[in-house]
Amino acid sequence: EFRRFSLERSKPGKFEEFYGLLQHVHKIPNVDVLVGYTDIHGDLLPINNDDNYHKAVSTANPLLRIFIQRKEDADYSAFGTDTMTRKKNVLSNVLRADNHKKKPHIVISMPQDFRPVSSIIDVDILPETHRRVRLYKYGTDKPLGFYIRDGSSVRVTPHGLEKVPGIFISRLVPGGLAQSTGLLAVNDEVLEVNGIEVSGKSLDQVTDMMIANSRNLIITVRPANQRNNVVRNSRTSGSSGQSTESSAPGSAANLLGGLLHGEEESDDEDIIIEGGGEPQHIPRAAPSSDSIESLSHIELLHEPAHNGFLLSGDMSSGHSAGSASTECDLPEAGRKSLEEDGTVITL
Amino acid sequence: MRRFLRPGHDPVRERLKRDLFQFNKTVEHGFPHQPSALGYSPFLHLMAIGTRSGAIKLYGAPGVEFMGLHEENNTVMQIHFIPDQCQLVTLLDDNSLHLWSLKQHGGASELREEHRFTLKGPPGSPPSATQVTAVLPHSSREVLYLGTESGNVFVVELPSFRVLEDRTITPEAVLQRIPEDNCNRRSCELVEALREHPKNPDQILIGYSRGLIVLWDLQSNKATHHFLGSQQLENLYWQRDGSKFISCHYDGSYSQWPISSDNKQSEPLENTVPYGPFPCKAISKIYWQTTKNGLPYIIFQGGMPRASYGDRHSISVIHGSQQTAFDFTSRVIDFFIIFSSDPAAEFDDPSALVVLAEEELVVIDLKSAGWPAVHPPYLASLHCSAITCSHHVSNIPLKLWERIISAGSKQNIHYSSMPWPIDGGTNIAPDPPQRDLLLTGHEDGTVRFWDASGVCLHLLYKLSTVRVFLTDADPNDNMNTLGEDEWPPLRKVGTFDPYSDDPRLGIQKIYLCKYSGYLVVAGTAGQVLVMELNDEDAEHVVDHAEADLLQDQEGYRWKGHEKLKTRDGPVRFEAGFQPFVLVQCQPPAVVTSLALHSEWKLVAFGTSHGFGLFDHQQKRLVFVKCTLHPSDQLALEGPLSRVKSLKKSLRQSFRRIRRSRVSSRKRRGGGGNASEVQEANARFDQDALQEMELAPVQRKIEARSAEDSFTGFVRTLYFADTFLRDSSRHCPSLWAGTNGGTVYAFCLRVPPAERRMDEPVRAEQAKEIQLMHRAPVVGILVLDGRSTPLPEPLEVAHDLSKSPDMQGSHQLLVVSEEQFKVFTLPKVSSKLKLKLTALEGCRVRKVTVANFGSCKTDDYSENNLAVLTNLGDIQIISLPFLKLQIRYPCIRKEDVSGIASCVFTKYGQGFYLISPSEFERFSLSTKWLVEPRCIVDMPEVTSNNHVHNKSGTENTAVKS
Repeated sequence: EFRRFSLERSKPGKFEEFYGLLQHVHKIPNVDVLVGYTDIHGDLLPINNDDNYHKAVSTANPLLRIFIQRKEDADYSAFGTDTMTRKKNVLSNVLRADNHKKKPHIVISMPQDFRPVSSIIDVDILPETHRRVRLYKYGTDKPLGFYIRDGSSVRVTPHGLEKVPGIFISRLVPGGLAQSTGLLAVNDEVLEVNGIEVSGKSLDQVTDMMIANSRNLIITVRPANQRNNVVRNSRTSGSSGQSTESSAPGSAANLLGGLLHGEEESDDEDIIIEGGGEPQHIPRAAPSSDSIESLSHIELLHEPAHNGFLLSGDMSSGHSAGSASTECDLPEAGRKSLEEDGTVITL
Repeated sequence: MRRFLRPGHDPVRERLKRDLFQFNKTVEHGFPHQPSALGYSPFLHLMAIGTRSGAIKLYGAPGVEFMGLHEENNTVMQIHFIPDQCQLVTLLDDNSLHLWSLKQHGGASELREEHRFTLKGPPGSPPSATQVTAVLPHSSREVLYLGTESGNVFVVELPSFRVLEDRTITPEAVLQRIPEDNCNRRSCELVEALREHPKNPDQILIGYSRGLIVLWDLQSNKATHHFLGSQQLENLYWQRDGSKFISCHYDGSYSQWPISSDNKQSEPLENTVPYGPFPCKAISKIYWQTTKNGLPYIIFQGGMPRASYGDRHSISVIHGSQQTAFDFTSRVIDFFIIFSSDPAAEFDDPSALVVLAEEELVVIDLKSAGWPAVHPPYLASLHCSAITCSHHVSNIPLKLWERIISAGSKQNIHYSSMPWPIDGGTNIAPDPPQRDLLLTGHEDGTVRFWDASGVCLHLLYKLSTVRVFLTDADPNDNMNTLGEDEWPPLRKVGTFDPYSDDPRLGIQKIYLCKYSGYLVVAGTAGQVLVMELNDEDAEHVVDHAEADLLQDQEGYRWKGHEKLKTRDGPVRFEAGFQPFVLVQCQPPAVVTSLALHSEWKLVAFGTSHGFGLFDHQQKRLVFVKCTLHPSDQLALEGPLSRVKSLKKSLRQSFRRIRRSRVSSRKRRGGGGNASEVQEANARFDQDALQEMELAPVQRKIEARSAEDSFTGFVRTLYFADTFLRDSSRHCPSLWAGTNGGTVYAFCLRVPPAERRMDEPVRAEQAKEIQLMHRAPVVGILVLDGRSTPLPEPLEVAHDLSKSPDMQGSHQLLVVSEEQFKVFTLPKVSSKLKLKLTALEGCRVRKVTVANFGSCKTDDYSENNLAVLTNLGDIQIISLPFLKLQIRYPCIRKEDVSGIASCVFTKYGQGFYLISPSEFERFSLSTKWLVEPRCIVDMPEVTSNNHVHNKSGTENTAVKS
């Protein structure tokens, strides 16, 4: 729902008055809302006191785009810096499972409101020609929507160039998850499935592995189109640079392993129906003396479905173009609002 | 984190693993697939069978078995034992000759290939010049005579295979002594048969295919006699005293020829067309056997009237006025006669006729009146009706064993009582550790009980379920009721009968309780039969119940087959397992899972629609549960309307054809020719790759959903006495797992024994677990407080197992095709899991708990899961911590039917079909190993006997 109204730039007044005005304009007098605006860089910044209110008004050029959002639905992580600039090289963002634990003092989002759909991960540890894509099937109704086939690719070996069998993406289903992310394309060569190399495995084996991992599928591909590859050093300008630097290169594989392990504990919570009762998720048994138990239990402390967001390059830019014409974004659309946390952006 | 969890290398555990696990393929049971040649050594009393895939198998006394494989994997065309030696020569279809020896090594004999040889002609000669058609190992043991397509007979030295060129018998040399008016160069094309004179090793008989027969003297190097037949020659046979020989011909005739003292051309003494006067088929092999009473046995293959009986596979035996044409169920590959091998004996006195047909081995006792068949102790035709399922029961109590044997012996009264005539070698393998039964279900509605304790898989008893049902075919109409005056006097022999009257009779699941003798058998049309062992014949009515598995589901139409019609009134059953209850599922879909609890007297059965529980004591259906998902149309409509999967199945069947072609050539991995097989596989892979580039095969990647087809298909059923509701009281329970990853648990109330007939058994659904990965559930198991799998019903009552620990908390193990998961009980919370498919891309096909004993100490054993994956790997996974112990490649992943047929035993052995007619036996245990171990000793050879012991050389086929 959009409203357009005018303010006098020289006399902006107090934040409280502005807040009241907004409630009045939207006819939501008793609803607590969060107010934000887009600055000249396109970043979404909060308005919650006189200072930033004045700053906002002063930057209006001449239009000030203001987003309001019902407080209980609000995503605090939406407010950050550098959003738009980072968005351009969002491909360099690295999802880290430990991101929230590391920076708990920065309230950057209310992730439970959002559902990740896909992400690019481990950019720092992969060769630039490879891309590791994570598809979150859990909770979405969209089909994964792709097909794989056998094929052959050329490898450099000690005996020169050699043709070796490989697995390739053969088709994307229109409207499917794989297509909508824009991260996978026909003729991309599949190199790994959830950290396991596919070389030497048959098409049926790889199919089974992918389906078995379908709720949290991480596939490493060599894109057929190598022009959109990440330029490695540009990442350091991103805010997530710090978090990646904290992980020593040697532990990279381990991180993926940990990631997988942590995820897998919750990716398929079985359901139990006790004698005619309501279906419930099966809880984990209390950690026993068994070493696997205690270790994996720690991984469980955070729900992976809630710890990060995704973005696919073209989708997010499409949406931001759409939101550019809006001045206010109403609570109902909260889920669709352009938000971000420290590492990734959500649609 | 996973990295830190890897079991690492705990040296103690690693050592223990070596004491527990070991993989061996030990022996092949059953009848060789596609046999192509037969040989026999009267000296060793050993029989050899060659196959189209290049395997050669030797059989002697029960338990004496050897196996060899030609690297070329080419068809074995001929097998010839070297007289008085532990050696044999094989001729392959690539014209190569191979010399094999039985040598003692480490206390047991082994079959090894010693030399190979291919006859080479002079440069520029056509390949036919050296194409071997007939082989004669000479009694001197020094040379082989090789007849060829060109008419030359080459002489090669043994064992070096050096060609002795100066001794070659050329057609020119043969024709020198024969008047030209009735012979020319063409008469000597293609050597059909070579036979050594039974008394004089310097004379050999050479038969050429156009009818010319020459007696060649090796000393003077010239033809001493010649015989000119008017018909194309098929084969030759000497009479024992060497005064006459007999020839058989393409037109179905045979002739006797005397060897006159003068050198003039002889006329046949007798020329007969036994099944004339109308045109007859060729007689391809003939024996003339003398007896004390003067009447010879004339035994020949073929010769049937072409028009009316040309399609029969027959061997005729004529003895005086007795004549029988044994009519075999499949093509006759070859045959031999067992007769007196004592060289001093005056007469042949044949005792048995041994016939290798394409699908079975038949032995006829020629000594007993009526010439009955002999029951072979090995080489059983497992596939006499196609095998549809198998079930293994270890450690059968002696009482049950004896009752089964006694029931079986009543079925075998028509067999000869003659001891098995092929009795060479000595079995030195230790006695089998226990009595094991392998039950095979067949397409024709029979269940066969095999003694699987040792090396010889021996049929004990055959059970037929057909009698319960009304079928189109009257079971009596194919009995042998030929009148006295029938001509030719055909008599059906053999048991191979792959044609099923009604596919609905097929057996799909079998469960035998070895303690109570209860047997449950379930079939293709939803029939479940509960049987009891009865030592007497009996006539009774089979109680009949119907289980409507669709229940309240409406609007579905079953488009599959109809249910079987039952016989009204009492039915007569022979001694053995006799059915007393029949439950028929409605719709009559294939029974896909079965469980029996003999203590509670309950039977659970499942199909693609749901499952039911039947109380066979009160003969009452306790409950049924429909597992269908409303959208699952395919399951409802039955197997005949799977239009959707037609495309896929077409593709698969093409693949199967290709696969079977490959598999017939390269049937066995392992062994000495691994590199060869690898190479062939590589070639195959390359071909496959090229093929794929032409038409890429795509696979859809999609998460499974509840709407997928056949989710309601019940894959596994399990009875357990465990804590289902609360941790203080345990109760009987029934567990069911479906194709869609759902586990249902029912709490059962079974009345105490004294009121068992008065109160009904009650059931109530207690839990339903939906695995989110939705993979088919293939196994359910409850572990007791000591993490030991619950014992089988009645196992504790018979003091054969410790009582389960009901103090500690129980755990539930659910095995899906993709994961192993342990849950706590009674409150279901997940405790442990092992993901298989997500990490390795393989799926669980078969899983069993197996007990592994240590080969070092008698008092240590542990329970583990033995798992077969769709890639043909066998993995051993520990209980209860689900850690992979070891992995062995076992079956080629392309061998889908082999993987599907695999059955594990409770002590770490297993069986799978390597062809429709053969089980490969393997062992995962260091302790239980059933493999042939035998010695073949050279019998004493008296100094004079190699001159007279002629009979030994010519019992093998000379025709291809």
